[in-house]
Amino acid sequence: MKELFFLISELNYQPFILSFKLAALTSIILFSLCLPLAWYLSQTKSKIKPYLEAISALPIVLPPSVIGFYILISLSPTSAIGGFFNDVFGISLVFNFSSLVIASCFYSLPFMVQPLQAAFEKLNQNMLDASYLAGKSTVETIIRVALPNMKPAVLSAFVITFAHTVGEFGVVLMIGGSIEGETKVASLAIYEFVEVLDYQSAHIYSFIMLALSFIVLLGVYIFNAKSKIRFGEFK
Amino acid sequence: MIHIDIKKNLHGNLGEMSLDVNFTLEQGDFLCISGKSGAGKTTLLRIIAGLEEAQGTIKVDDTFWLNKKQFLKIQKREISFVFQDYALFDNMSVEENLLYVKKDIPLAKKLLSLTQMYELRKRHPSTLSGGQKQRVAICRALMKKPKLLLLDEPLSALDNVMRQNLQNEILLLHKEFDTTTIMVSHDVSEIYKLASKVIILENGKIIKEGKALEVLLKHQGSQKFSFEAEILDIKQVDVIYIATLCIAQQLVEIVISKKQKDVLSIGQKIRVGTKAFSPILS
Repeated sequence: MKELFFLISELNYQPFILSFKLAALTSIILFSLCLPLAWYLSQTKSKIKPYLEAISALPIVLPPSVIGFYILISLSPTSAIGGFFNDVFGISLVFNFSSLVIASCFYSLPFMVQPLQAAFEKLNQNMLDASYLAGKSTVETIIRVALPNMKPAVLSAFVITFAHTVGEFGVVLMIGGSIEGETKVASLAIYEFVEVLDYQSAHIYSFIMLALSFIVLLGVYIFNAKSKIRFGEFK
Repeated sequence: MIHIDIKKNLHGNLGEMSLDVNFTLEQGDFLCISGKSGAGKTTLLRIIAGLEEAQGTIKVDDTFWLNKKQFLKIQKREISFVFQDYALFDNMSVEENLLYVKKDIPLAKKLLSLTQMYELRKRHPSTLSGGQKQRVAICRALMKKPKLLLLDEPLSALDNVMRQNLQNEILLLHKEFDTTTIMVSHDVSEIYKLASKVIILENGKIIKEGKALEVLLKHQGSQKFSFEAEILDIKQVDVIYIATLCIAQQLVEIVISKKQKDVLSIGQKIRVGTKAFSPILS
C-alpha cells in the first residue's frame, strides 16, 4: 500500500496537465467559433446548409490519421499556411502545443456544433421572434434569450468537446509527435507506457482517466436531470 | 392611420393560394380578423409584423414599413405581437419579461397591477397557468407602447371563464392605452365585445368587412331566431323522426319530417330558424 502511494506521488503528471490545458483551450476556442456557425445552421433555409453540415460532421467519420495527415500537410513549413507563419512570425505550426490546439479544434468541431445547433433548433421560434419584436438585435437575443434557455445543451457541448479532446490520440500523435512537456498528452503517455511494458504506470494513468471521465459525465447527467425538472421537458 | 395593402402567394394545406388584402385602420381601432383556418389570418399578422416578406405597402402614419423599395426591420417597427403560445422568455421572471422590452419600472408596475399580476411578478413563467401567462404576454406587448398591437388568437387555449376575464382585461387595456389593435379570433361573442371593426377572410381575400353586428349577424329571410347547427344523429321514434343537433356547444332535439330526413345527413351543417316565437329570458 505504502509502495502504491509512493508510486502515485512520484508519477509525472505533466501529460495530464497538458491534456486538460489542451482540452480547456480547445473547448473555449470552439465555443466562440461554433456559436455563430451553429446559430446560422439552425436559422438558415439556404441551399448550402447540407454542405456545411456535411463538412462540419466530417471529423466524426474520418479516421484521426486522415485528419492528422491533412493538417500536418497544410501546416508544415513547406505549405502555404505553415510557410507564411514560419517566414513572417518565425513560428512553427507543427510539433508544438499550439499546433495541437489547431488540430484539436478541427477534430472536436462537430462535438461542439451539433449539440448547440440542435438546441437552437429546439428553441421556440416565437420566443426568439418576441425578442426581435422587442427591438433586440440577433446578438442580444442569442445572449439574453437563446443561451439561457438552453443551459444544459451548452454544458453538454462543453463537456463532450472537452472529453473528446482529452480522449484524442491519432491526431495528436501525428501533429504533436509526443514531445515530453510540450505535446505528450495523457493518452500518448499511456500508449508509451504500454509499449515499454510499464503496466503499473499505464494502470494508474488509465484509472485516473477513467475515474475523471466518469465523474464529469455523471455531473452532467445529474445537472441535466435537475434542469429538466426545473424547466419542464425542453421544448 | 395605418394603411395595409399586401399580396403574397401562399402554399397552404389547400394548395396554392394568394393572399390579397387591403384595409385601413384609424388610431384606436380594434380590428378583429376571423375566418376558417388556412385563410391566411396568421400569415397576414406575421407580414404586418415583419416576420414574413410580401409585396405591397404597409404605411403607419407617415412611415412606410413596407413598399417596393424598403422592408423595415422587425426591430424598427413600432409593433407588438402576442402569440397563441405566449412565447414568454422562460429564463426570466414575470417582471424581467416586461423589463427586457423596456426598462420602464413604473409602466411595468402599472400593467401588472391592471391585470392583477403584480403579486406574481417574481415568479417564472413555467410556474404560471395559461391565463396568467397570456396576461404576462399581453403586458409585455404593451411595454413598448406600440403603434400597432397584434394578437394572434391569444385566448384560444383558455377555458371559457378565463377567456371572459381576459377579454375584459384586453378591453380595459385597450381603453387605457388606446393602442390600435388587430386580433385574430373565431369566437363571435369575443369579437362582438372587443371589435370596432371586423374582417372575414376566406382563401386570402376579404369577403366581408364592417362593424361587428353587420358582419356577424346572420339573417336570412325574416326569421327571428336563426342558428347554425351540426346534425349529430337522426333517429326514428314511432312515426316521427328526431334529429339531435349541436348549436353553439349545446345539444338540441327537434322533430323533422320524413322528407327532411331523406335530404339531411349526419355531420351536415344546417341553419335552424323559427318565426313566431316569444322567448322567455331567464
